[in-house]
Amino acid sequence: MIEMNNIAVRCEGVTKTYGSGSTEVHALRGIDLEVRKGELMMLVGPSGSGKTTLISIIAGVLDRDGGECEVFGSDFNEMNSRERALYRSQNVGFVFQLFNLIPALTAAENAAAPLMIRGLKRREALDRACEVLDRVGLGDRTRSLPSELSGGQLQRVVIARAIVHNPRLIVCDEPTSALDHETGHKVMELLHNVAIGIDRVLIVVTHDARIFEFASRIASMDDGHIMQVVNSHHDLEQKKEN
Amino acid sequence: MNFIALKMLIGDRAKYLGIIFGLAFASLLITQQMAIFLGLMTRTYGFLTDTPQPDIWVVDPKVQYIDDLKPLRETDVLRVRGVEGVAWAVRLYKGLLKARLPNGTFQNCIVVGLDDETLIGGPPVILEGELSNLRHNDAIIVDNVGADGKLANVTPDGRRIPLRIGDTMELNDHRAIVAGICRVTRTFQSQPVVYTTYSRATVFAPRERKLMSFVLVKANPGYDLSELCQRIRKTTGLAAYTKDEIKTITVRYYMKYTGIPVNFGITVILGFIVGVAIAGQTFYNFTQDNIRYFGTLKAMGASDFMLLKMVLLQAAMVGGIGYGMGVGAASTFSFLSGRTELSFCMPWQLLVASAVAIALICIISSFLSMWRIVKLEPAIVFKT
Repeated sequence: MIEMNNIAVRCEGVTKTYGSGSTEVHALRGIDLEVRKGELMMLVGPSGSGKTTLISIIAGVLDRDGGECEVFGSDFNEMNSRERALYRSQNVGFVFQLFNLIPALTAAENAAAPLMIRGLKRREALDRACEVLDRVGLGDRTRSLPSELSGGQLQRVVIARAIVHNPRLIVCDEPTSALDHETGHKVMELLHNVAIGIDRVLIVVTHDARIFEFASRIASMDDGHIMQVVNSHHDLEQKKEN
Repeated sequence: MNFIALKMLIGDRAKYLGIIFGLAFASLLITQQMAIFLGLMTRTYGFLTDTPQPDIWVVDPKVQYIDDLKPLRETDVLRVRGVEGVAWAVRLYKGLLKARLPNGTFQNCIVVGLDDETLIGGPPVILEGELSNLRHNDAIIVDNVGADGKLANVTPDGRRIPLRIGDTMELNDHRAIVAGICRVTRTFQSQPVVYTTYSRATVFAPRERKLMSFVLVKANPGYDLSELCQRIRKTTGLAAYTKDEIKTITVRYYMKYTGIPVNFGITVILGFIVGVAIAGQTFYNFTQDNIRYFGTLKAMGASDFMLLKMVLLQAAMVGGIGYGMGVGAASTFSFLSGRTELSFCMPWQLLVASAVAIALICIISSFLSMWRIVKLEPAIVFKT
C-alpha cells in the first residue's frame, strides 16, 4: 500500500485528443499513473503510444482534455498561464532529445537560464550554473558554446540546466537517443547520480532498452494506454515472454 | 533575460546585420528625403529670411506667395506711411532680369532694388565690399554662389573665372559694376541674386507702369502686428502680412500647387515600406528560427510578458542602431552636400519624426514576432 504523501505525480483517467473530425487522433485514452517521490519512472512504448503527450501534460506544457493530474498536489488546469509558468520555473526541469541549448549562449549561460527566468541576478545565476556544471564534469567547459561541445557534453549541459534550480520534477524526453551507447550510459549514470533525490521525481521517456536498468519502475504504453507498470526491466522482459 | 535576448540577437550575425541594414536604410531614406524637402521649402521663403528688418510686408491683394510679383503703385508707399502705428515704410523692387555674360550667354538673375536712402532689405552677409558701395554709379552686389557659378566668366579653354569687385556685366542691356559680394540663402530656382538701389533697379527693369514689388513696414514699438496689418489693409486696400504669415502662405502655395510634397512624400513612404519589408521580414525570420529556443524558455517558466519584453528589447536595440546609422549617414550627406546646389535642412523636429518612423517600423516588425510567441505552445519543445 502506497502512502498518499509519498506520491509525487498522480494521473487518473487522463485523456488527450489532437485535431477534430477526420483528423482526430486520440493520443491518451484514460491514463492512470502514480509516480512516487525519489523514483526514476521510465515511460516506454512504440512511437505514437502517447509517451511524450503524457510527460507534456505532467510537466504542465500541454493541457489535458479530461481526467485528473496532480503534480506534488498541484493541478495545472486550476492555474492561469502566469501561475503555470511560475510553477514550472520553480518545480520542473527539462531534458530534451535535441538538447535545445541556445546556440549563442555559453554552457554556463545556458545552464543559468532557469535561474535568470526566476529573476536571479546574472552574476549569481552564472556562479551557480558553473558549480552545477562542475558537478556534471564540465567545470572546464563553462565558456564553451554548444557548437564546441560533443553530444555527451551537450547532454551534460542540459542536465545541469535541468537541475540548477533544484526542481522537484524532472522530465526527460529520449535523453540518450542522440548519443552512442557508451555516452548514453554515462549520461544516464550521471542523471541517476545527480538528479535523484528524496523529494524529487524523474520521468524519462525512452525507446532505449539499454538504459532500462536505471529505472525504479517502468510504465509500458501503447495506443494511449498504460499497458503495465513493472519494477524492473527483467519483469518487463519476463512479462513480454509470457 | 535581457542578457539572453541580446545574445540571441547578436548571435545570429547575418540576420542581426540584415535587420540593422534594413532599418538604417529606411532611416537614411526617410531622414534624407524629409531634410531635402524641408530644405526646398525653406528656400521658397529664403528672401524673407534674408530680410529681417521689416515687421510687415505689404503686397498686392492678389499675391499668393513671396515670388508672385504683382507690382504696386509708387504712391502706395506714401499711403502706407500714413497709417497709424507705422514707424517707417520703404519701397523694394524684386524682379527677374536677364544678365548678359562676357562670353555672350544670358543668365536670368533675381534683381533686388533697395530703398535708395536707407538701403533697407540688403543682403544679410557682405563678404567683399560694403552695402554703401551701392551708392556708386551702376553699382551692384552679387551673391557669392552666383559670382562663382552661373555669373562667372567661362574662358574658351573652359576655365571659370568668378566675378569680382570691379568686374562689369550687362543687366537688361544696362552696364552694371560689381561693387560687392554677398552671401544669401539659396533661392528656390537657384538663380543668382543681384542687389542694387531701387532707382537703379527700375532703370534695369523693362518699362512698366508700376514697378514696386513690396512695401516693407516697421511697426512702432508696442503695436500689435496683426492689428497693424488689419489697419493697413483697411486703409490702403492692399494686402499686409507679418513675416510669419507670408512665410506660411508661401509654403502653403508650394505645398498645394506643386508636386513637391507628393514626390517627397512618396519617397518617404517608400522608405517606410522598405524598412517594414526588410526589417520586418528579417526580424520575423529571426524569431521563427529561434522559435524552438523561445519555446524552451517558455517551457522552463518564462512568462509571455518576459518573452515579449525580450522581443521588444531586441527590436529596440536594432531600431536604435539602425536609426543612429541612418541619421548619421544622412548628416554626413548633409555635410558633404553643404557647398552644392542641394538643399538640406535637418532641424531637431525632423530627427524626432524620423525616430518615430523607425520606432513604428520596429513595432510593426516585432508585432508579428510577438504574436507568434504569444501563440506558441511550450509543448513544441518535445517535437523533433
